[in-house]
Amino acid sequence: MQRIPYIEPLRLMPSIDINVVVGGEAGAGVLVAGTVLAKTCVRSGLYTYVMNEYPSIIRGGHVWCSVRICDRKVYSQKYSIDILIALNEETIERHHDRLNERGVVIVDEETSRLPLNDLRVLKVPLTKITREVGGQQVMRNSVAVGAAAALLNLDIQVLSQVILDTFRKEIAKINVELARKGYEYVKNSGISQTSLIISRSQSSNKTLILTGNDAIALGAIKAGMTFYAAYPMTPASPILHFLATFQKEYDIVVLQPESEIAAINMVIGAAYAGARAMTATSGGGFSLMTEALGQAAMTEVPVVIVVAQRPGPSTGLPTYTAQGDLMFVLHASQGEFPRVVIAPGDVDEAFYLTIEAFNIAEKFQVPVIILTDKHLAESCMTTEEFDESKIKIDRGELIVGEYRGDEPYKRYKITETGVSPRAIPGTRNAIVKANTSEHDEYGFGTTVPSKVKAMVDKRFRKMKYIEEYIYGLEPIKTYGDGDILLITWGSPKGAILEAMRDLNKEGIKTKLAQIVFLEPFPAETLKNILQEASKVILIENNKTAILNMLLNQYLHVDVKEKLLKYDGRPFYPHEISEKVKSVIE
Amino acid sequence: MKLQTQVKKVWCPGCGNYAILTAFTAAIEELGIEPEKLVVISGIGCHGRITDYLNVNTFHTIHGRVIPLATGIKLANPELTVVGFSGDGDAYAIGLGHLPHAARRNIDITVIIHNNQVFGLTTGQYTPTSPKGFKSRSTPYGSLEEPLNPLLLALASGATFVARGFAGDITHLKMLIKEAIKHRGFALIDVLQPCVTYYNTYQYYRERVYKLQNHNPTDLRQAIEKALEWGDKIPIGILYKIEKETLDQHVKTPPVYKPVSNINIKKLYKWLK
Repeated sequence: MQRIPYIEPLRLMPSIDINVVVGGEAGAGVLVAGTVLAKTCVRSGLYTYVMNEYPSIIRGGHVWCSVRICDRKVYSQKYSIDILIALNEETIERHHDRLNERGVVIVDEETSRLPLNDLRVLKVPLTKITREVGGQQVMRNSVAVGAAAALLNLDIQVLSQVILDTFRKEIAKINVELARKGYEYVKNSGISQTSLIISRSQSSNKTLILTGNDAIALGAIKAGMTFYAAYPMTPASPILHFLATFQKEYDIVVLQPESEIAAINMVIGAAYAGARAMTATSGGGFSLMTEALGQAAMTEVPVVIVVAQRPGPSTGLPTYTAQGDLMFVLHASQGEFPRVVIAPGDVDEAFYLTIEAFNIAEKFQVPVIILTDKHLAESCMTTEEFDESKIKIDRGELIVGEYRGDEPYKRYKITETGVSPRAIPGTRNAIVKANTSEHDEYGFGTTVPSKVKAMVDKRFRKMKYIEEYIYGLEPIKTYGDGDILLITWGSPKGAILEAMRDLNKEGIKTKLAQIVFLEPFPAETLKNILQEASKVILIENNKTAILNMLLNQYLHVDVKEKLLKYDGRPFYPHEISEKVKSVIE
Repeated sequence: MKLQTQVKKVWCPGCGNYAILTAFTAAIEELGIEPEKLVVISGIGCHGRITDYLNVNTFHTIHGRVIPLATGIKLANPELTVVGFSGDGDAYAIGLGHLPHAARRNIDITVIIHNNQVFGLTTGQYTPTSPKGFKSRSTPYGSLEEPLNPLLLALASGATFVARGFAGDITHLKMLIKEAIKHRGFALIDVLQPCVTYYNTYQYYRERVYKLQNHNPTDLRQAIEKALEWGDKIPIGILYKIEKETLDQHVKTPPVYKPVSNINIKKLYKWLK
């Protein structure tokens, strides 16, 4: 019998906050193991934050996934590890530094040959059990998950059900058996006496576990999107997969065309025809879409474009995270035109703001960009089921069926708000002419100076009304009430909220201002927030502090204290806490 | 409602585009298609102005993107008749990436190419269909490239309707356009269209074109053979025409007619727990 690692009983801890990391080769089922474990926790009434890191390789290479488990809503991953499931030796080499004082490593007793003396190790016969049950080598992950579930004192029935819901029937059965063996092995080792968790009641389970991509896809379905075209590109592809899976159930046209250029043009075609239409991509694909972005603006066709950032330039780090494309999306495409750029910071915002993106696009007939990044797009968060009573659908001035105006229909009629009533092709008594060349009110090409100016002014008049509209959508969200102000946009929000919580325990009070709408930029609101702060720290996942450039531009403010990260990885809460402390000193 | 607008036409006198416009409007009239149920898309190039001259729903798009734009419109509302006009620069140079895919998808749109073998609007450069040795402003020593065979490409890509027309024969072209629009599936008409300013080929084509006779358009081999025929004799007519399932026939409810409110997403929650 091996030495039993001592694990601090969780019930003695003031609150639950456990970090499980699964690591292994690409293709070893690391991410699925993390997801299964997280879902088991969520179904046990707990909250999780799941982050994964993987190279752009299908087999080989190091993949790891961290599952942070809390008894409250949790917004980010954390650094220190409580349980490390090492499906290979590289996992131990790479992550053992992060094991905390109560940390345990679960290893396969057969394959592990590392000197592990100074680590607390739980050897589990992963390969042996897998062979005995008749599973393939890759299924070792289920044995390991079972072992971890036993350490966490999760309910094996809950875990089994998650596995049954995750895999295809025959494969699911074997995996359930493997997980059960792993679970029993640990329980029979006697470790369970000193181990922990609290299985919660699951009867009134009203939570969801989903990624930013899932939230966007769900939001698009809820928004009544009926046309989606996208070319595969990490980290936006899961939106395509989600929508492709449920296209029949919701009767949505889902298409994977020959390029991002084709995708955006199809989406513009569909939106011109009257469908709510969307595409999603990352920076490289968006580069290809830029010309058509201007087309959408010039023709005033409402489209929604999701840009999930990853580090560039060029191919960069295709499967990692960054916030380097903000200036790009704000200025992409030639000429001057109104656009809207929204940056959700978590899964809830991703859901609700996707619906708003469609409303804004149609109400004001402008292209709307939802700017996310790999960290938000692919990390999984636990949240409450969405409050659908908060949702409203607004299609703006849409003419369907028959046009009943006195004069011939003018697609680009000059109006006070800049928005022209939008008929769709097929409407009786309306000829709908869209034109990427500068045009008159009917849509005929024109070069007459007064007509050109009138049309440019018409398009830009919308901006004032968009600003008024987004004012009601909380364009800047604030959290906390300290006079140390942290400013960010997008996904760093999660790590910052967690850091603020940690700092608060140490008596350090901070406030976060999260800029949700980057265009139109809520400058006045931010100005007031800045005035109340004694110290300001800007936090962004990029090299050149792009948000700071906007502060310069709109408010002539230059934030001196910056925390910038551009190694492809998201922020950890402790990095933010350390920065705050260093600034105070 | 008249099919042509009052907008002053700015094509060169004698341009082949006039013939295409005339043949098209006559075809629409004879087919009895309502202007409200028709969408015409044009690209960038001299041909692109055609949308200003048509009193129907139109979308004058950016360079090379007629086909994907038309695809999006058709899929969003399959009840519409969708016709794209494009040039040899627009469709075969910058936009070539879309043609084979639209063909193999068999999306029910008609694409009419104004193939004048030269960039007219940018004042005379060579295009993918310019003959080898073609002297233009960008090839003063003559083009070194073999021209593309668009009909062969369309056939190889699985297009279900492939035809060639000649702007010097409006009646024949009108017939081709009517057949292409009636065809359920992707239809390509490559129209030999002389450019009176930069590459006047009226005489050249008049001496060479002949109408296909005793040709079986359902036979791919015969179609390929005719697509390869170019020189002293140039065939015009329907090279290929077969029936096949279309991409848009899989659209159950036209996306534009689906309600957008009160969509039940709760049934998806089980996947997110």
